[in-house]
Amino acid sequence: MRILFLMICLWGLPATAQEVSRSFGPALATTRLLVRSTTDINVFGPVIDAFLATRPGLAIDYEQWGSNALFDLSLADCAVGRPGADVVISSGVHQMVQMVNNACAAPHVSALTTALPPALRWRDELWGITREAAVMAYNRDLVPLDDVPLTRFDLLDLLRPTASPYAGKVATYDVESSGLGYLFAFSDAREATTFGALLESLGRTGAVATCCSAEIIAGVADGTYLIAYNVLGSYAQVAAQSDPRIGIVLPQDYTLVLSRALMIPKAATHSAEAAAFLDFLLSVQGRAVLADVLLIDPLTDDASAEERPPVSETTLRPIGLSPALIVAMDQQKRAQFIRRWRENFSNQDLR
Amino acid sequence: MNSHIPPWQMSLVARVALAVALLLGVGGVLVSIAAFAYGRQAAQDAYDRLLVGAATDIAASISVDGGDLLVDLPISAFQLLALAPDDRIAYRVTGPGGEVLTGYADLPDPPETPATGLDFYDAAFFGEAARYAAVTRRFAERNVSGPVEVIVGQTLRARRALALEITQRALVVMAGAGVLMSLLAVFVVRSALRPLDRLAEAVARRDPYDLTPIKAPVPKEAIGMVSALNGFMGRIDQQVRAMRGLISDTAHQLRTPVAALRAQADLAAGEPDGTRRDAIVMRIHRRTVDLGHLLDQMLSRALVIHRAESVRREAVDLRDAALEVVEAGDFALTTPGVEIRLVIGEAEVPVQGDLLSLTEAAKNLLGNAVKYGASPVRVGASVEEGRAVLWVEDGGSGPAPAILDRLGSRFAHNSAVRGDGAGLGLAIAAAVAQAYGGELVLERVDAGFRAALVLPLAEGSV
Repeated sequence: MRILFLMICLWGLPATAQEVSRSFGPALATTRLLVRSTTDINVFGPVIDAFLATRPGLAIDYEQWGSNALFDLSLADCAVGRPGADVVISSGVHQMVQMVNNACAAPHVSALTTALPPALRWRDELWGITREAAVMAYNRDLVPLDDVPLTRFDLLDLLRPTASPYAGKVATYDVESSGLGYLFAFSDAREATTFGALLESLGRTGAVATCCSAEIIAGVADGTYLIAYNVLGSYAQVAAQSDPRIGIVLPQDYTLVLSRALMIPKAATHSAEAAAFLDFLLSVQGRAVLADVLLIDPLTDDASAEERPPVSETTLRPIGLSPALIVAMDQQKRAQFIRRWRENFSNQDLR
Repeated sequence: MNSHIPPWQMSLVARVALAVALLLGVGGVLVSIAAFAYGRQAAQDAYDRLLVGAATDIAASISVDGGDLLVDLPISAFQLLALAPDDRIAYRVTGPGGEVLTGYADLPDPPETPATGLDFYDAAFFGEAARYAAVTRRFAERNVSGPVEVIVGQTLRARRALALEITQRALVVMAGAGVLMSLLAVFVVRSALRPLDRLAEAVARRDPYDLTPIKAPVPKEAIGMVSALNGFMGRIDQQVRAMRGLISDTAHQLRTPVAALRAQADLAAGEPDGTRRDAIVMRIHRRTVDLGHLLDQMLSRALVIHRAESVRREAVDLRDAALEVVEAGDFALTTPGVEIRLVIGEAEVPVQGDLLSLTEAAKNLLGNAVKYGASPVRVGASVEEGRAVLWVEDGGSGPAPAILDRLGSRFAHNSAVRGDGAGLGLAIAAAVAQAYGGELVLERVDAGFRAALVLPLAEGSV
């Protein structure tokens, strides 16, 4: 359809190849489920293993993609009706909402999907399978305990002095290259007026905008960045488990909570297996495995976390699967948002 | 008495119940259709307002920046649309030149440019039925001038769900109303039919020999039936009375001649003298003939009374009756010396009655005339003073005035007649005249004595 091509053109990014891929299950299995996801393969691997343990004879080919590239590819598949992935999982939930709005998804209804809260499903075609907070990460060695920002206002205060030691040492997602970064920034803009001040501060102090969670977290660990704003809590916590230099804060003014969205494309060749995979992820067992790999953040479920002040329910702002997210995908809205971002980060190389 | 139950018919209650059920059924279907149409319309209106709200919201967010139109898509507009949580959203903003500013480029256009600045239409969105609203905002800036069109569309899930919900609620209310109406109908029908039950009870309670009219109050609708019943019972009553009178008359009239016959026979049995015995036997013979006549007349009277009560009346020309009587010629044999003439005109003499009864009455009158009157005897039918008359005249002077008076008063009351055959014959004639709404008139005329059945003239001709 012409609309889709137009959207792809407006999107402007070339569809890059997947970052990594890996096969799970028996090599000679006749049924091979193709899962395309933005989730780190090392994080998601155990979940797939747990699912395949319940389904002998089934194999899963897992491809890890950047959120924008995954969106472009899936939309292109949908436009020509080409059987691509059997399951698409993305942290760019606004992109997933757009795809469902473009009638790219197949419906599935089961007891488990209907048990989901309304914010975690849309039209029985899109489901939220994880719960991950957008957190601030910091380097424990280099950031004094008193400086650790507990809220966005604290962060603003840190950046206010003209000779702030944090100038140029704060990192966040680049909204242009990261679908997730755009979604977080967009949600921030919706959520509070602090975003404008924050954007201005980050731009003024020469904060770094980069594409990927792994790069940001590694930067925090090695001291390249002192503080990372709006990084995905799940990745940060996984890194923090093995690296004591990384500290994590859930902003207390409000904490965005992301649910990765899962969609079964209309043209999927193994939609029954895809639905079974979805039901597994929503089952008690699946949720336990997701919690093990921190894709269901215990902090968002359980307020009594060690070391950090508790997070109250009211500060959690889940990014619900709602057609309102289509606004985030609007060409003009996005162009304006990115222009505003660029104006603030004008002194930098954005890539 | 109950051995003859009439063929089964649906009871009134069942009929009314059936009618009410049909009414409720048909009404229910109609109201269901109406409820569904209403539900659809209500859902349509409700969600159309959302569309307009969102479209207006988007139109208001358009600003002019230099020569460019900027659409700062408001989230509120989409939150509004998200009130239909499971519906996909289509939108598009086109500039004055028709260029797409943002949104889905190839949405279906409105059927025609909305003159009012607002238009609704139905079209598909990615293969799914959807409803669209188009709102036009006109810009008159230095660099941008002309209409900017905002189209917002939405699939129909929420509308359908709401329409169904409204319909279902309406149907539940209607079903309740239907049950209530059925109960009320039962109550109303019962109370409406109660007078009939009371009537049936009153009839059932009656003495089987009680033939008096039913006096229980009856509803207007049943008056016809009850008055028919009363008429029927009245006729039975009359017949029973007539039968009783006949039986008692007959018994009374037969007793004397039979007793006389027995006395004569006893006398004959004890009479040794052959000549006198022969005379007695002759008397017995004469008496027997008289008795035969009497019996004939009594049977004729019974027949006439019975027919008057039971035979349907038809148009009869009295000339036929007169002709019949004369042509029968009975009296020519018994009393050959008497001359009998028929006097009838060209015009017919129509009455409503029974030819046989009328003929029988005339025969009796003729019999009397032949027996007691003088020749010549004339039988005729004519219209006199607007009444039909069947008459018999003879040349004699008739009975004495005193007897005539007595006869007249007795016939007028149709009372039992006793005495000789002449009286019985007159009684028969009087009964017939009365049965057909007329009277028996006995009078002296110039030519002699005349006995006439004066009856009302029938309307129209025979």
